[in-house]
Amino acid sequence: MLTNPVTAPPADASLSRRGFFMKLGILFNGFAAIILALPVARFLLSSITRGRANGYLSWVRLGDVANFPEGETRMATFRNPLVMPTDGKTVDTACWVRRIAGDQFQVFAINCAHLGCPVRWFPQSGLFMCPCHGGAYYRDGARASGPPERGLFEYPYKIENGVLTIEAGQLPTPGDPVASLTSEKPACA
Amino acid sequence: MRVINMRGVKKIGEWFDHRLQLAAPIREAASHPVPRNTASWFYVFGSAALTVFCLQLVTGILLALIYVPSAGEAWSSLQALNYQVALGWFIRAMHGWGSNFMVAVVLIYMAQVFLFGAHKFPRELTWIIGVFLLLMTLGMAFTGQVLRFDQDAYWGLGIGASIASRVPVIGPFAVKLMLGGPIIAGATLSRFFALHVFVIPGLLIGFVGLHVLMVLKLGINEWPMPGRIVKRATYEAEYHALTKKDGAPFVPYAIWRDIFFAGFIILAVAACAFYFGPFGPTGQPDPTIIQTAPKPDYFFLWLYALLSLLPPAQLSPLLLSQRP
Repeated sequence: MLTNPVTAPPADASLSRRGFFMKLGILFNGFAAIILALPVARFLLSSITRGRANGYLSWVRLGDVANFPEGETRMATFRNPLVMPTDGKTVDTACWVRRIAGDQFQVFAINCAHLGCPVRWFPQSGLFMCPCHGGAYYRDGARASGPPERGLFEYPYKIENGVLTIEAGQLPTPGDPVASLTSEKPACA
Repeated sequence: MRVINMRGVKKIGEWFDHRLQLAAPIREAASHPVPRNTASWFYVFGSAALTVFCLQLVTGILLALIYVPSAGEAWSSLQALNYQVALGWFIRAMHGWGSNFMVAVVLIYMAQVFLFGAHKFPRELTWIIGVFLLLMTLGMAFTGQVLRFDQDAYWGLGIGASIASRVPVIGPFAVKLMLGGPIIAGATLSRFFALHVFVIPGLLIGFVGLHVLMVLKLGINEWPMPGRIVKRATYEAEYHALTKKDGAPFVPYAIWRDIFFAGFIILAVAACAFYFGPFGPTGQPDPTIIQTAPKPDYFFLWLYALLSLLPPAQLSPLLLSQRP
């Protein structure tokens, strides 16, 4: 082992010059860390702040009203408004369109209100059913049975020049049911 | 000639050790006495977990040579690994089966440690770090399942996001942080790649190093006996007396079993990989294909099944106590 030729500082110094500089140095590094932490935090939280500032939601077209026969429920697909270059097919989203009559529609998210699995429409039984945990919903999206504590998420819709348009852009989750912001929540069964 | 060579090797070794100063601590660690009765087949699971971890590191790096962490290309790069790259399927299978073995071995190891009372004084912190290692292993299992970016991975992320969203107050933010955006897409896969390849393995390597160091410093716990109670005041003195009286050097007295079991476990992983092949990928991660019944790998299957019985209000406590 190499021995340090410099003699050790006196032990009794409560605040030596070197000790003071060391503390000052640590403080200086703390300052540098805070300066650096701000942009890092801003970068890390960008997916949250962007959602709050601009909002991820916008109106997307689902197709001509004529594509959806009255009294029927059909699957439609749309492209998520926000597309990043590496997204591949994940930006293509499915939803269920129920045309009640005329311009009266219900557009349901594909995601089960329990844990987000894709629900399927069974016209024979008139039910939406989830393959994951057995959640079931009536044709109007209200909860029929199973673990979901609410009905299907609904997208706000409007009809512009005969084209069905919905407000979408965010994965609806039980804790953040964005899709049903403007529609009424079905009562808990 | 041979003598000269040996002398040369020794000299090179000395040159390095004069600079590295590692030979003495390594010799000390290897020759430290362990209680004779710990040289048992019950004590091989820790080294087995370390062995599988090393195997995962190697096969993981090999997979990263081909795998593309992009939502648009991940699935087809897995297809290329399965069908186009020579023995790509085998490396994928080794990594997949390695993860299954990892979870299994770690759980068996924990059961052994608990039943043998190895979590008691003065090894409580070693146990606590071990619990963190288990959580990180499960974290690796979940993130790894996401990297196999198929239908199960896609909808599994939806399940994870839905559970996270139910956390009071911060739920919706947690979802966007987890997904890296408003939906499950390219950014989601990229951040799970970063977690699986950089963040969690980095933490794992650090914590495994600490865990092994503590095992070396505190000694391997002796075989438990009925009626012999661990007392804080006397345990350490008793343990040192035991290793002095009835101890044997760790190398080679105890380690030969670890070495054999390590070989056995590697061959077992390889045999499963060869016979059963790689896991998936299942269908393409296209959210418009809804004819699918997503389900997780076996280590989260119990949780997945439990979720159908659990009242949704119970999800948050479950999330806080278990990282699915």
